[in-house]
Amino acid sequence: MGARVGVVVFPGTNCELDVVHAVEHLGGTGALVWHGDRTVAGFDALVVPGGFAHGDYLRTGAIARFSPVMDAVRDFAAAGGPVVGICNGFQVLTEAGLLPGALQKNARLKFRCDTVVCRVETGRSVLTHGVEVGTELRLPINHFEGNYTCDAETLERLRAEDRVVLRYVDNPNGSVDDIAGVSNEGGNVVGLMPHPERASEMILGSDDGAVLLTALLQASVSSLSGSLPRA
Amino acid sequence: MRFEAQVEVTHLPGVLDPQGATVERALPALGYTNVSAVRIGKSIRLVIDAESEAAARAQVEEMCERILANPVIEAYTIDLQVLADA
Repeated sequence: MGARVGVVVFPGTNCELDVVHAVEHLGGTGALVWHGDRTVAGFDALVVPGGFAHGDYLRTGAIARFSPVMDAVRDFAAAGGPVVGICNGFQVLTEAGLLPGALQKNARLKFRCDTVVCRVETGRSVLTHGVEVGTELRLPINHFEGNYTCDAETLERLRAEDRVVLRYVDNPNGSVDDIAGVSNEGGNVVGLMPHPERASEMILGSDDGAVLLTALLQASVSSLSGSLPRA
Repeated sequence: MRFEAQVEVTHLPGVLDPQGATVERALPALGYTNVSAVRIGKSIRLVIDAESEAAARAQVEEMCERILANPVIEAYTIDLQVLADA
């Protein structure tokens, strides 16, 4: 049975249909979850997609964090459910405290809309389980606030606990330690700035993102997320 | 009592401030070659009704911690002024 993926939509989200399309192209089923909903029952995985949730007012993700659906997302994640935040979704998950650190304006204030090469740094996450470490993926980025920042202590912990999921081969935005994606302790919550859904079939120029989304779909139905090796 | 709070949010010391850094690089092009330590933050003003200045300050601090600032990368200062009694 294909994984059922809930795609969270805030006012201002704009990548939700791309994610649903990619998920269904890869054999799962996708459905939208409105930010005012209070339940995410019936889903095997959740994606918080890209866009400008609540207009990105104040800070990216700052208002979205308080949307009613976020309590359900938090409970789902706490129970080991796979949750992936892409781009603005990554920003929302850091603001919500589901992932450490913060994403701030790119170094030199450059808006980056490009295809970049990212290296898979761990198989210990729902997005990279079964993907060989060192695999390089060509993925689109499209952001102004993707400059991953955390204090030295947090960075040390992320490295020691094998929680850096993806690194840029050529850092486009000033992120500390070239970080493009990180996970929580359990590996079931992942945030990344690149857009795997925009590289999920060759007609888009690259299908490298399908590697990640397929791993997510598999992890979601094999209850793998509950049995990921703990750091 | 009614207070006006002015909250100033800036980057924590040591956290790169990309806007400040970019403006700092731009100023010499306009002839201002003697400027350094440019930092750009946010200014938030709000009016708050509370029983005392301490209560107002405590509430604004809580707002800063929860939403107005991101404590991971930002610091804040709060300035309170008494407005005419509501």
